[in-house]
Amino acid sequence: MYAFDIERPSTIADAVKALKDEDAQALGGGQTLIPTLKQRLAMPSALISLTGIGEMKGVCLADDGAVCIGGATTHATVAKEAAAHYPGLAGLAANIGDPAVRNRGTVGGSLANNDPSACYPAAALGSGATIITNTREIAADDYFQGMFETALEEGEVITEVRFPVPEKSHYQKFVQPASRFALVGVFVAKYADGVRVAVTGASENGVFRWSEAEAALSADFSAAALEGLTVSAGEMIADLHGSPEYRAHLVKVMTGRAVTAVA
Amino acid sequence: MASVTMTVNGKSVSGDVEGRTLMSDFLRNDLRLTGTHIGCDTSQCGACVIHVNGEAVKACTMFAVEADGADVATIEGQANADGSLNVIQQAFQDHHGLQCGFCTPGMVMSAAALLKENPTPTEREVREYLEGNICRCTGYHNIVKAIMAASGQDVSAIAAE
Repeated sequence: MYAFDIERPSTIADAVKALKDEDAQALGGGQTLIPTLKQRLAMPSALISLTGIGEMKGVCLADDGAVCIGGATTHATVAKEAAAHYPGLAGLAANIGDPAVRNRGTVGGSLANNDPSACYPAAALGSGATIITNTREIAADDYFQGMFETALEEGEVITEVRFPVPEKSHYQKFVQPASRFALVGVFVAKYADGVRVAVTGASENGVFRWSEAEAALSADFSAAALEGLTVSAGEMIADLHGSPEYRAHLVKVMTGRAVTAVA
Repeated sequence: MASVTMTVNGKSVSGDVEGRTLMSDFLRNDLRLTGTHIGCDTSQCGACVIHVNGEAVKACTMFAVEADGADVATIEGQANADGSLNVIQQAFQDHHGLQCGFCTPGMVMSAAALLKENPTPTEREVREYLEGNICRCTGYHNIVKAIMAASGQDVSAIAAE
């Protein structure tokens, strides 16, 4: 790793101030950023750790029933504390990485990084979540802008994520056997006004909504409703773990499994 | 350099570290606690699992500065007060849960975290919990068996001696 300083502010205001330095970078749980630094793929002058900020941690319920999760909340905490309110989301959090990774990695860190194979982007997009930063609120539909690309500005910090709670939801992950990241992961959420389907791991453009499946499942919430649909392999990722056609096929299979799990 | 102070295995320790000093390096190089092993240094293998404020974490994937003020437990603090092996360590010995032993510190620390959370796990739960701990010798069967035995469950029906 190149050398850098670490600051551990205890308030959002102090963190935002520290991040004004051009080469400063926010550090969440570090489960992606630290390996990146070890490979010398990043060279920040300072890391601003967000893990000491109490006001960015924890799970609570908003007045409208949405589950609100502080940006610095770990996956393990979400798995435990969101289970009663939003089991689909808690189930997703409970299967990210491994137990030690879940005790460090955070929801804000995952969403800020927007790895095309990460789980949380599927939950946020599939729930129509609101990403709340130190300056504004961003709808999930506007937030994800392609592989590792988000609507976040330099120095902007995800302080909270607000997930509207669906009637039913499930996340199905087909794991890449070596990395255990999602080769394809599908989050299905059934709301009173329709079904949302978000797919991670598959596309060159990062997480996306499968609108044809949303329409079909909104009319008939069963795996059978997907039978006539096809997924284009055009923009799917090609690597040694799977061809675009294979990933396209998995999108439909995993969507069906998610629906079957809760239908 | 930054000054850090933390409790490690019940003792207060201090040191001066760089921002980039990993917790695993602080333990091994500064405190000379070399029981925390570095197998991969990429967060895959779990040989460096320690407890920070009671939670299992990979010491190679957090900075020492982030543990400032924390209560840290490593494999060196796991034995009983009289120096004898604790229940989990003894079960690893009794059930041949190790061969070369390189992964064992991380396995024992993960097992301790699991049993604290879930005192009588099923075999499947043990295997799932060990997802982030890699052993290249044993094929895992006897590690799983040792952890099941440490939880007080009958392991006579579990295969593989």
